Amino acid sequence: MIIYILCFILFLVGLYGVVSKRNLIKIIIGIAIMEYSINLFFIMIGYIEGGTAPIITKGFEHSKFVDPLPQAMILTSIVIGLATTALLLAVAIRLYQKYGTFDINKIKDLKG
Amino acid sequence: MNSLIPLFVIIPLGCAFLMAMLGRFIKNINKFITPIFMLSLVYLTFHFIINSEGTLIYKVGGFEPVNGIPIAIYMVMDGLTKLILLVISLVGFLAIFYSLSYTKQYTSERKFYVLFSLMIAGMNGIVLSGDIFNIFVFLEIAAISSYALVAFGVEKQQLEASFKYQVLGGIASLIILLAIGLIYWNTGTLNIADISRQLTINCSSPTGTNVFIKFISVLLIAGFGLKAAIFPFHTWLPDAHSSAPSPISAMLSGVLIKAVGIYVIIRLFFNMFPLSYELSMTITVLGTISMIIGGLLAIGQWDIKRMLAYSSISQIGYIVLGLGIGMLVLATGGNKAVAALSITGGLFHLLNHSIFKGLLFLSAGAVEYRTGTRDMRKMGGLSEVLPITSRTSLVGSLAISGIPPFNGFFSKLIIIIAAIQAQYYVLAFLAVLVSVITIAYFMKLQKYTFYNNDGSKWKEKKIKEVPFSMAFSMIVMALLCITLSLLVIPDVREIFLKPAVDVLINTADYSTKILGM
Repeated sequence: MIIYILCFILFLVGLYGVVSKRNLIKIIIGIAIMEYSINLFFIMIGYIEGGTAPIITKGFEHSKFVDPLPQAMILTSIVIGLATTALLLAVAIRLYQKYGTFDINKIKDLKG
Repeated sequence: MNSLIPLFVIIPLGCAFLMAMLGRFIKNINKFITPIFMLSLVYLTFHFIINSEGTLIYKVGGFEPVNGIPIAIYMVMDGLTKLILLVISLVGFLAIFYSLSYTKQYTSERKFYVLFSLMIAGMNGIVLSGDIFNIFVFLEIAAISSYALVAFGVEKQQLEASFKYQVLGGIASLIILLAIGLIYWNTGTLNIADISRQLTINCSSPTGTNVFIKFISVLLIAGFGLKAAIFPFHTWLPDAHSSAPSPISAMLSGVLIKAVGIYVIIRLFFNMFPLSYELSMTITVLGTISMIIGGLLAIGQWDIKRMLAYSSISQIGYIVLGLGIGMLVLATGGNKAVAALSITGGLFHLLNHSIFKGLLFLSAGAVEYRTGTRDMRKMGGLSEVLPITSRTSLVGSLAISGIPPFNGFFSKLIIIIAAIQAQYYVLAFLAVLVSVITIAYFMKLQKYTFYNNDGSKWKEKKIKEVPFSMAFSMIVMALLCITLSLLVIPDVREIFLKPAVDVLINTADYSTKILGM
């Protein structure tokens, strides 16, 4: 159980970073940490202690297998995470070119 | 018939790929391909609405269920799906036709059409998917392309809005992914129908499952509520929707927040989770608050598109209110006819809102295209130089404020009647009150933008009416605003709205039909 709680704390660390940091890059790092914690959580769901890879071969028909589905899902999720992070960084660089700063307190044209 | 279902995803996805490849070599190919494929999607949707009944299932890869447990990825087409697909393809076609002239101001036009097609593919995928993880994947496809489209102008405001949208949207996606992980942990399946069956079995055993369901429900409401911009998750919407290019604003406000937010919320809470009083109440209250807050914040705005964006929050509140009352009545075991009326109102308003909010954003875009400003204080008298835009915008404003005989009047009326019949008098009163507020800020919009002086300032600058493709889309939408009010006639309602309402009323039928029991 403790391992799930640690994983959830990692999620909260990322959330803290997103909410409290003022630097755009640190916010992006916070989102990345949240994403990794959830990926870790998925992997732990599928893991069984002493389990092997789910390939049925002679002599291993009845051994314990880990669940392969969460791993497949996480591969998809990692690719999606790559796309979001890349887009966030691209926009952050463009923002730096326009404003000359990464500080979100100085980037506020939109109000109301 | 069943094998035609994946075309809804394949056509836009394939077109996006082709356009990204060929657009570099053949000039303007994107401008020909995109309207044609959107038109083919409109045709396909009507084909399904008229010729098919009940629930159609397509199993990706053709894997049959083993021992009654589904193992393939399911694509499900039922009444509710058809309604949302109609909204996506209709507004999508008109928005893309409008962009043919509008995008001339951008330097890399062809990328606009590629991203637009990807967004359509993502939304169609969400609506068709019968599998909760695929909902997440398609949601990210739609969301990432919409982030890029919001930042398409790469000016200061667009970039800032896009960054804000991306951070909040990213958090929402992660919360949804966490909820999906928890669901898989507890039920061992990802198929919505199968999850529904497992949860009903688990619910009969008392140990802790109810707490678990509540936790997941709260996570899902937070995640999809952020995507749908329901109060208190609405803060990104006014920035993102007002900064985006106008046809994209029309798509985001008119379609994306419904396909990504509202559709998934109602699908999961009606058809997957067992209905509970507390959650129905939560959803209804959030809808009511966002209805009021959106309306009040819209009054003070001077930026024309920002006002429309706040108005979207308010109208989304109406939709959620209608559906929420239906949930409440069903959860408390009340009269099914009242629940059906309320849900009909909610879905009818969803359809109407996508048309008139699309129309209003397109009109606002036309004004911005010709005058170069979004500030209402710098406008005035534009009805002299932009006659078509001013008329269509007037039709949209009347429809959204609920003036008969336009469609907005009937859908609001149905929601209010249903609230009274369900004996939620306070909600009915608030719905009427917000309707009055809506009239107030749309009168302000009309007065300051199109009337208020003789428009000599604009005549000196020789401002002309917008080009044909923009005018065409706006006129078609204005006509739709009137024709959609025909949906109150029972015979017409049978074809379009009743199948969707039936899916939501008979909550358990969804899983039994798909699992084939």
